[in-house]
Amino acid sequence: MSATAVDHRAALARFSPARLGAMVLRYLYLLRSSWPRTLELLYWPAIQMILWGFTSKFLMTNSSYVARAGGVLLAAVMLWDVMFRGQLGVSVSFLEELWSRNLGHLFVSPLRPYEWVLSLLTMSLVRVIIGVVPATLLAIPLYHYSIFTLGPPLIAFFLLLLIMGWGLGLMIGALLLRHGLGAESLAWLAVFLLAPASAVYYPVSVLPPWLQYLAWALPSAHVFEGMRAVMFEGVFRVDHFMAAAALDLVYLLFGGAIFLYAFRQARQRGALLQMGE
Amino acid sequence: MPIIREAAAGGEAPDLRVWPVRDDYAIVCRVSDPVVQVSDLRKSFGDTLAVDGIDFVVPRAATAALLGGNGAGKTTTLSMLLGLLLPTAGRIRIFGEDMLRHRYRVLPRMNFSSPYVDLPHRLTVRQNLSVYGRLYGLAQLKTRIETLASDLQIGEFLDRQTGQLSAGQKTRVALAKALLNEPELLLLDEPTASLDPDTGDWVRGYLEIYQRRTGATILLASHNMGEVERLCSEVIMMRRGRIVDRGSPRALIERYGRDTLEQVFLDIARAGTRFDSREAAQ
Repeated sequence: MSATAVDHRAALARFSPARLGAMVLRYLYLLRSSWPRTLELLYWPAIQMILWGFTSKFLMTNSSYVARAGGVLLAAVMLWDVMFRGQLGVSVSFLEELWSRNLGHLFVSPLRPYEWVLSLLTMSLVRVIIGVVPATLLAIPLYHYSIFTLGPPLIAFFLLLLIMGWGLGLMIGALLLRHGLGAESLAWLAVFLLAPASAVYYPVSVLPPWLQYLAWALPSAHVFEGMRAVMFEGVFRVDHFMAAAALDLVYLLFGGAIFLYAFRQARQRGALLQMGE
Repeated sequence: MPIIREAAAGGEAPDLRVWPVRDDYAIVCRVSDPVVQVSDLRKSFGDTLAVDGIDFVVPRAATAALLGGNGAGKTTTLSMLLGLLLPTAGRIRIFGEDMLRHRYRVLPRMNFSSPYVDLPHRLTVRQNLSVYGRLYGLAQLKTRIETLASDLQIGEFLDRQTGQLSAGQKTRVALAKALLNEPELLLLDEPTASLDPDTGDWVRGYLEIYQRRTGATILLASHNMGEVERLCSEVIMMRRGRIVDRGSPRALIERYGRDTLEQVFLDIARAGTRFDSREAAQ
């Protein structure tokens, strides 16, 4: 009977690229179904870049700090957006399932929770590329600044911030699984709690000593210090890179573990069927 | 694959059915085994006992119903059978597999539909079916969708957004999703709720055809007595999380000296204490 319709070996596999692909396809269909949503992905990074571009232009002649490296604020805002969009990419795809009350159908299918998590991360990368890359390209004609002049370290900064965004996105997903859409606003706001300690636009040394301890526990603070080292001193700081990579690993593992724990708790409470608007 | 060879040899055990899992492993079950076996199943939410130690079996190719009023525990039971809800205690075996330990061995062979669990509204019907078809690992997805579209008369709105459909159309689409993998076990939560009588009748008719064609086992939760009388060979009556009676619709009607299953249902719902005390005595 069903053997004629279903490839049982594929269906029973512990990990299936086809199921991961199906979930990515589901989110791509969603993106394609609404051009305002796609436009929104492009809109905020572009607006941020334009605002900070003018600010940089002004400060170039009024601030010795910015004058030392003209693109420092623009590079910071673009990289910050990688982390923010990375986290939001996970959270919004997750929220789509809550808004559409679809979890019940998804998890009576052979889809494994970790395949779903991987699809959320994949979509986060897609959304970051759609949102951030056009803004970085726009900065070239508008302000004669290309973030690509950072060279190979840019790849490291991009990945480190993206992975931190993923870790945060999974932690927020866990909170959403626990508290439902009542915690939805966390998806949009949580990352900004970390912005002051991330030292995006200023060095960590500016922060009060107690806040510096928190800053050094954030991969983002190491990345932005590293970015400034490349821009001001032309040095790639391996110590910051290693610290950020190690912290990223902790954030991602903790995010993944707490998400899967929250998923199991949701099954205890029956929340997978009830969650939604 | 020694297991497969043994079963394929056939003669001694023609009753066996084999499901290859990996090169070195296969699931083997008897066709005559019950598809669903539930024993001492319990679920509590804090102090509230939603399902209180129920036992039942659903034989292969049967259509059974969980019948009861609001809060009887029907949907909770279905959710536990699907693995969406973890039981507090008890055992669930489906196709002979322990659902708590090996649900992923079973899920490809079953499916589910409920008017209370939506398909994504902003995806078209074709996109939704395509996504779920891939999740179930369908080999010939396009053909399968076309076949279902024809069978369930959803072809004309395959490329419309699911959220734009009427309740009746959505129900047929949900049924198409539930039949994508030609499930051997179909779990349905109030399959005709909020449908007009004509559409409800059409859905019931289609389920009968599907059941006859494939020999699938169907377990549904319903408030609709006419539906249960028409479709089901076995009825499990639930009240306050317990099974208070069971049998074929005809047997229940005769046992209670009534004309319809609805009257039996009302007897049970209104005389709850009588059943509680009878159970206690047993």
